[in-house]
Amino acid sequence: MKLLNEKSKTGSSSFNVRLLDIQTNIPEELQRVDLDLPELSEVEVVRHYTNLSKSNFGVDNGPYPLGSCTMKYNPKINEVAAKIPEFNIHPLSQHNKGALEIIYQLQQYLCEITGIHAFSTQPAAGAHGELTGIMIMKAWFEKRGEKRTKVIVPDSSHGTNPASVSLCGFEPVHVITSQSGGIDLGDLRQKMSKDVVGIMITNPNTLGIFDDNILEITKTVHDYGGLCYLDGANMNAMLGVVKPGDFGIDIIHLNLHKTFSTPHGGGGPGSGPLGVTKELEPFLPNPRIIKENEELKFEQSNESIGKVHSFYGNFGILLRAYSYIRAIGTSGLRNVAENAVLNANYMKEKLKGHYHLPYDRICQHEFVIDDSLMPNGITTNDIAKRLMDFGFHPPTIYFPLIVKGAMLIEPTETESKENLDAFIEAMKVIKEEAEHNPEKLTKAPLNAPIGRIDIVHAARKPKLRWHSK
Amino acid sequence: MKNPVNLKYTKEHEWIRIDGDIATVGITDYAQDQLTDVVFVELPEEGKQIEQNGNLCVVESVKSVSDIFSPISGEIVEVNKALENSPELVNHEPLEGGWMVKLKAINEAELDQLMTTEEYNKFLTGIE
Repeated sequence: MKLLNEKSKTGSSSFNVRLLDIQTNIPEELQRVDLDLPELSEVEVVRHYTNLSKSNFGVDNGPYPLGSCTMKYNPKINEVAAKIPEFNIHPLSQHNKGALEIIYQLQQYLCEITGIHAFSTQPAAGAHGELTGIMIMKAWFEKRGEKRTKVIVPDSSHGTNPASVSLCGFEPVHVITSQSGGIDLGDLRQKMSKDVVGIMITNPNTLGIFDDNILEITKTVHDYGGLCYLDGANMNAMLGVVKPGDFGIDIIHLNLHKTFSTPHGGGGPGSGPLGVTKELEPFLPNPRIIKENEELKFEQSNESIGKVHSFYGNFGILLRAYSYIRAIGTSGLRNVAENAVLNANYMKEKLKGHYHLPYDRICQHEFVIDDSLMPNGITTNDIAKRLMDFGFHPPTIYFPLIVKGAMLIEPTETESKENLDAFIEAMKVIKEEAEHNPEKLTKAPLNAPIGRIDIVHAARKPKLRWHSK
Repeated sequence: MKNPVNLKYTKEHEWIRIDGDIATVGITDYAQDQLTDVVFVELPEEGKQIEQNGNLCVVESVKSVSDIFSPISGEIVEVNKALENSPELVNHEPLEGGWMVKLKAINEAELDQLMTTEEYNKFLTGIE
């Protein structure tokens, strides 16, 4: 596919820009005369971008089982709500009451769903929520005059967890995963001390396993005065079934762009609301939107860690999540979790025998296979590339890091049984090809607009911009 | 796998070679094999003092980003600038052209804590 610059033909532009005589103090030697902009007719530009958009793949094109990302279908009713003109207002407008009411109600829903006391909708993504959460943990211990330095992070965690910990000046300490796929309790007990700020847990974790010992884990951390943070990336498996507040969680972020079906990828924008217990509420970002005597108002807390986003977060996204929750209702939320878990287990059982399951047990919304049974040196990367030829977005690969050659598959609740079967069938065909026709896999994708990319060359000798010859 | 006898090794798969009062540090053949294709090595500043087990440099492969730890403490006297344009040297010649850092002011006692070739080979057998 050619770049606009490569398609450029002198004189083919369809518009004439009037040159302006601008008075300027900028010295002549610093002024650019030739901008080297491509020259194309309008129709060429339109075709260029339309063809680019057709080469893209999103959940509106086909199944997208990208583990830990919950690429579920985003119902179009969300977009209808987001386009209501009355919501297209400035946050400080005197007509903002409706917008504030939406945010307030969404906060209430999130509290109810998680069993957590209070939410802020400011954080713009999951990692932003994490950072805000760790800052609150820091503020909590500073207020108590306690100097703690370490945060416990399981070795299966999302990479953003230890990154958020480091960014706040704490030391991330890894706990290992037990053979059954949960946190190793013995290792956790050994690493706990009065020096530990808390733990960052993902539950269900990135192996798709709900930790059997979650109550014991949170109790162990609380016994030392530590706080328990839940990375809510995998909340999809628990909607209407389990409340994190009931298993000892003090702080949680949710990814509205995962669990609550708002646009995901391509810049989003995302939204990672942060929830905390009553004790931690005063530290939430300012301003908070609260209701007193049926009147919505802003609350400023002196102990707040401060603002983390302009105004109240990505409002258009909050509106979409609100509309999703209202559209499917409480029973719908529970259906989401049940079907997400059912779909993942169905797929896992059907792939068993064809692919190796490093943790062969009932999973939640996602599960891990690896490439250890693949013949002829076929790797997880080859399987992922070949899946594209069958019309699927590849699952997450080489994550979690604790499984060699991992492929993390999350079908989500919005795929039909026909689509699940088609994916399973494609995976079986790929296994056959690995046996009898391995070059089909090592050369894949064969039907994509661009074939196998030399990622090593691209990383070693990157071309970061276009240069004229 | 080739592990020369005149080197010492860490559990993190770094090697160290002593030539007079200079120590050269790199990663082992096993380490480069596990990392797969190395695409970038972030080298430290020359003249910097480094602690034993301190972060010496960062190696980025197509698979992961890994910290390289200093087997001993010392002062960084030279870094392998060839890696800036040819990070693949770490894969092709991990024990020669793929070296990363040279240290001086070596503490002999720290060297005793490292593994000999025989011990490292045994350690590798345990991993596989």
